[in-house]
Amino acid sequence: MDMICIVCPIGCRITVTEKDGEWIAEGYTCSRGRDFAIREATNPTRSLSSTVRTADPNQPRLPVKTDGEIPLRLIPQVMAQINQVTQRSPVHMGDIILSNVSGTGVNIISTCNMEICKEG
Amino acid sequence: MEGYDVAVLGAGPAGLAAALAARERGASTLLIEREEKPGGILKQCIHDGFGLIRFGEKLTGPEYAQRYLDMVREADIPLLTSTFASHIEKRDNLFDLTLVNADSGVFHIEAGSLILAGGCRERTAKQVFIHGSRPAGVLTAGAAQYFVNIQGYLPCKRCVVLGSGDIGLIMARRLTLEGAQVLGVYEAKSEPSGLSRNIAQCLNDFGIPLHLSHTVTRVFGSERVEGVEISKVDERMQPIPGTQQRIECDGVILSVGLIPENEPAETLGIALDTATRGPIVDQSGMTLVDGAFSCGNALHVSDLVDYVSESGETAGHAAAAYKPGRERKLVSVEADPQSFLYAVPQRIDAAADNLNSVFYFRSKNTERNARVQLRCKDRVLFEKKYNILRPPEMERVPVNLTGVDLSGGLQWTMQKGTK
Repeated sequence: MDMICIVCPIGCRITVTEKDGEWIAEGYTCSRGRDFAIREATNPTRSLSSTVRTADPNQPRLPVKTDGEIPLRLIPQVMAQINQVTQRSPVHMGDIILSNVSGTGVNIISTCNMEICKEG
Repeated sequence: MEGYDVAVLGAGPAGLAAALAARERGASTLLIEREEKPGGILKQCIHDGFGLIRFGEKLTGPEYAQRYLDMVREADIPLLTSTFASHIEKRDNLFDLTLVNADSGVFHIEAGSLILAGGCRERTAKQVFIHGSRPAGVLTAGAAQYFVNIQGYLPCKRCVVLGSGDIGLIMARRLTLEGAQVLGVYEAKSEPSGLSRNIAQCLNDFGIPLHLSHTVTRVFGSERVEGVEISKVDERMQPIPGTQQRIECDGVILSVGLIPENEPAETLGIALDTATRGPIVDQSGMTLVDGAFSCGNALHVSDLVDYVSESGETAGHAAAAYKPGRERKLVSVEADPQSFLYAVPQRIDAAADNLNSVFYFRSKNTERNARVQLRCKDRVLFEKKYNILRPPEMERVPVNLTGVDLSGGLQWTMQKGTK
């Protein structure tokens, strides 16, 4: 299986083959790349960034991210959950917006500090 | 009139780092930002990958900006937001800035040195010669990013992306995640412009096709984009007759290059480098106008925000130490135009206290096994063999020039395809 490593800007081309039930990777230049390649062949995961709606018309979106990696195939499901949120209270960077999203054990957290001023 | 040792124009990553560095060295520093909130373009770059070098962490844009904002706040550096510099003049070794904001109206401040950190802007449709009527739905990738991430609007439902630079790739993914259909990314060159990792995580992950050697030659629609004409292009990026195809869509996202923003520099008569579109600077970031410094994307467009912060820090330290009246001894640094798009800095001040220089360069073409040298006539000051050099991947080279005889100037050379 051929792939491009996404861990750092270099983007090594890595090939992963299965031999006697074990995965062997070739083409990586660091251990993070090797670990990525094995995961990619068996259970590809990704970090995800998006925004959630807020109740503040002057700051309509709050940027969020996963605090770990989620299975690549669950991205549409997680996006659907993120899109249901409206943030109504002030939030600090790192605050959990959605915990254990789609049963992944990963949380959606805020990536900035935001005072939420609802229109009144 | 209020005065400061250092005035910094722009509170994005470059300006924040510059102001912090100047303050660290004891200079009274003022940060001036035209937007309502500081942080520059990082506010809308909600994806991660920032700060791997600077912080050893993979941060999102807003998080990287907040790190610097926290440090700037702790250092008590005054920050004027929603404040525009309408005029800058140098008079009697001082910079006179005319500033405008709602609180104070029009007012002046003077500064012993000035750091230009105003960033860059995007190339537009007219600049890449796409002609036609002007329907709604043609946006640069950065504008689309602002609409999606800051305003929460989806600017199109079915679009094509022109240009395979990182911003276009990132937006192809972002638009797809928010429910738009990205029909394809079209790149006039025969190689992608963006990082391979972005081809993987933005296109391959979502099944978005990349079409190399293709471009958008026409846009159809009067009020709103209705479709585009795509043509295959030859090695000189000229459309090949007979290859046109029409694609129905309601949006065209343009990712066709970034240009340093340098109106303030031009106002001050600061000489620009045609290769970078930014000011000519020495190793401290000082332009050819004494006391005026440049850093970040206003100086030259970088791939990594970590390098932007570094160039801001260099300029900040130097601006704090700057005293008028010292004569520089500038030697030129030339990069062979056959091999390099550019190299920065373009001058070395041989009379400066600090001759520790950090160079950045971009190769003109993709080269494998290239030997790059920095020479002073027949002496080699630096040499490195690169497995691969690509134009979209800027290289960073620190070279300590302390005690080195620089007469005759410096030259960047490249031997291609070496063993």
